[in-house]
Amino acid sequence: MPPAASSLRVPTFPFSAIVGQDEMRQALLIAAVDPVVGGVLVFGDRGTGKSTAIRALAALLPPMRAVAGCPYSCDPGSPAEACPHCASGGPRRSHKTPVPVVDLPLGATEDRVVGTLDLERALGAGVKAFEPGLLARANRGFLYIDEVNLLEDHLVDLLLDVAASGVNTVEREGLSLRHPARFVLVGSGNPEEGELRPQLLDRFGLACEVVTPRDIPTRIAVVRARDAYERDPAAFCAAQEGEEKKIRKRILLARERLPEVRVPDAALERAARLCLALGTDGLRGELTLMRTARALAALDGADAVTDEHIRRIAPASLRHRLRRNPLDESGSTARVERALAEVFA
Amino acid sequence: MNAAPSPWTDARSAARLLAADPHGLRGAVVRAAPGPVRERWLDDLRGALQPGTPWRRLPPAIGDDGLLGGLDLAATLAAGRPVARAGLLAQADGGIVVVPMAERLPAGTASRLAAALDTGTVADRPARFGLILLDEGEADETVAEALADRLAFRIDLSGVGSDAGTDAGSDAGSDVGSGDPEAEPSAAGADTTAAEPDPVGSLCALAEAFGVASLRAPILAARVVRALAADGPVGRDHVTVAARLVLAPRATRLPPREPDSPEAAAPPREDPPADPPPEADVADPAIPDAPDDVVLEAVRAAIPPNLLDQLLSGQQRLAAARAGRVGQAAAARTGRPVGSRRGDPRRERLDLLATLRAAAPWQAVRRAGQTTRPIVVRRDDLRIRILRQRTETTTVFCVDASGSAALERLAEAKGAVELLLAEAYVRRDRVALVAFRGGGAELVLPPTRSLTRAKRGLSGLPGGGGTPLASGIDAAVAVAIGVRRSGSRPAIVLLTDGRANVARSGEGGRARAGAEALQAARAVRAAGLPALVVDTGSRGEEARAVADAMGARYLKLPRAEAGQLSAAVRAAL
Repeated sequence: MPPAASSLRVPTFPFSAIVGQDEMRQALLIAAVDPVVGGVLVFGDRGTGKSTAIRALAALLPPMRAVAGCPYSCDPGSPAEACPHCASGGPRRSHKTPVPVVDLPLGATEDRVVGTLDLERALGAGVKAFEPGLLARANRGFLYIDEVNLLEDHLVDLLLDVAASGVNTVEREGLSLRHPARFVLVGSGNPEEGELRPQLLDRFGLACEVVTPRDIPTRIAVVRARDAYERDPAAFCAAQEGEEKKIRKRILLARERLPEVRVPDAALERAARLCLALGTDGLRGELTLMRTARALAALDGADAVTDEHIRRIAPASLRHRLRRNPLDESGSTARVERALAEVFA
Repeated sequence: MNAAPSPWTDARSAARLLAADPHGLRGAVVRAAPGPVRERWLDDLRGALQPGTPWRRLPPAIGDDGLLGGLDLAATLAAGRPVARAGLLAQADGGIVVVPMAERLPAGTASRLAAALDTGTVADRPARFGLILLDEGEADETVAEALADRLAFRIDLSGVGSDAGTDAGSDAGSDVGSGDPEAEPSAAGADTTAAEPDPVGSLCALAEAFGVASLRAPILAARVVRALAADGPVGRDHVTVAARLVLAPRATRLPPREPDSPEAAAPPREDPPADPPPEADVADPAIPDAPDDVVLEAVRAAIPPNLLDQLLSGQQRLAAARAGRVGQAAAARTGRPVGSRRGDPRRERLDLLATLRAAAPWQAVRRAGQTTRPIVVRRDDLRIRILRQRTETTTVFCVDASGSAALERLAEAKGAVELLLAEAYVRRDRVALVAFRGGGAELVLPPTRSLTRAKRGLSGLPGGGGTPLASGIDAAVAVAIGVRRSGSRPAIVLLTDGRANVARSGEGGRARAGAEALQAARAVRAAGLPALVVDTGSRGEEARAVADAMGARYLKLPRAEAGQLSAAVRAAL
């Protein structure tokens, strides 16, 4: 008894209806405003709405303009040479398309991730053509890896390389090409089941810790919302549409505002002192802190980054960069809080 | 009323609920050995489904194209044009997918199933199915928690059938059969319904009381309540049944008992009876002073007996061990294909896709000569898989935690485990820790590379008592063999002074204990496990004898400190 095609489109649980988990929602919004911040990692217990939030984000984001027919969803304004499809000439008509949120499942083959020889066309027409993989589909959008800590090492290596360069280089089955692959990496997982490699950890701009809410009223609110949604998804989403619009507008306004948000020298100094106090490796900590604070200020509608913004975003942008004594009892969040108290004293 | 229905009755209620709404309730984990009881439950479920509902069984080693859909290679080659086929999940839309041997499910497949359950779609086709995970795992093997957490029910049929007497097997079928008729009406409201004003609130309170952390559980329970109430008013017994079915099997703790209900102090824990006995005095619906207590008792009575025993004895290790299964399974695949190369498929595994890929560009040229065959594959095109063995090492520490010096030695061992783990963090190796003391050995830390778990496991490690060396070695060998079976490379590090004085039976006696220890040590050699014996005693040759019997390296480190020890282990293995 297959349902009709129309009934298949059950609307996803709306982003605005997620109860609690403010840090995770804030991090996702920041990544939506400024993709350059470099990904969001969500670590925490099961059944805390990690997957829900990320899938909801896809539905929330305003559609983007992209070159029609381009498998890499190129920006019509981008230089055509960077993309094998657009470089082949022809008119670049643009159309509106939803921002891609692509699932990268555990155990995905390299072929599927990178792309491979298009078997259908090779067998059917004897043409050597490239069949884009998940990285191509995720271009300009989000690449979501659930249980990212269990991802196989060879895929991690591959992702590190692509995430760093924004370009996917394919050299296989006689194919040789490069295509743009800029995406926001979103990972979720449960640290009980294994640690993430430090190299991959460092690539994430923001790291959130989510825990199951312990107080009963919050739990009841979560279950109520979910129950209401499952009873009648369409009606629930319709009721939430106003809130969704508000968040969407906030993202759009923040994107417009972002280039104008000033980062005063005082804020940069604060960031540097904070990173020094924590002993983070390299300069990625300061850079991310500055970028995320700017995106946060843009979301708030502020003109400049203030101490308040830095204070709010520092735990998420720094806690995964601390040089770890792997068995240090005090959690990294506590260490960031301590340093914050020192620097802002 | 809620006189502790038998597990079988609850299992059948779950089957009925599931049949009515497979996707809404997402499915069930069914823990049972293969056999008549399990088959009967599956038959029940199947019988309760609407006729024509899809029912698919997941083959153990299903690939992506089979699961999610893709190119149908055979049809494509025959037709000469691409033929797509729906994957198994899309075929099962609206119905049930049964996963046998779910405890062995590869992590990749589990995550695909989880994503499909969440979204209800697979590759833009509807795939709204319920999932039945058949868990046949031995003691420590369990289903991936990421998947189990999404399913409404956890049904343990392993006690059903064997509860009546001592003999299990043949009794099962008839026992269940006789339990049936009177079980039938009990589930859905045989009782006068006390109205429940706020089912969601009570479910959340219950979940909290029983230490169910995941919010998916009360969400699913709320759905069960709605299904039970069938759009009518929600009664307390609906909440009770839902909590019993959904929340009880997930309990991680017991709520403190009210002191004024002494008659409830003996819930049926050792022997949940097959037929509900007249136990109505446990919770009389006529005098509910605090509305939750009645439900609370009913839920408590429904906690599976083995889980209840664990909860009562304050053991929480089970949950921790469960949480790690996914990680283990992910790391456990031996010989992952990492590519393909030209070669002879009679000796190695053929990589069909790569072969076709290699042949594909030449088809136009080759067909020019002979046109009868739709695809011309030449020997040069044949590709075989390159499998890469995991070189991951799992170091099994087997630590003598006995006697007076134990505390110190234990601290060293803990330190060494932590140091090695810190390296494993970079090298992707794992460690495990077996401790032996007093009457026997205990797996303190199952193989892990998680710092979080290691810290927790190590912090609660006690010391003192006799030296059951044989039991310790036995346990370490069992862990090491399990590690090897899962595709990783085990190594045993035994820290002891070698002076065994407790035999396997738990009785004292130096001579017998020593002989047994040497016997156990020979098993290490027989199994071909690499081992290192660190002699922590200051004198005596007992440990050296054990090392010789094991075929192990021997290292005398009477005053090892953690750094030295981990360096020695690294050098030796």
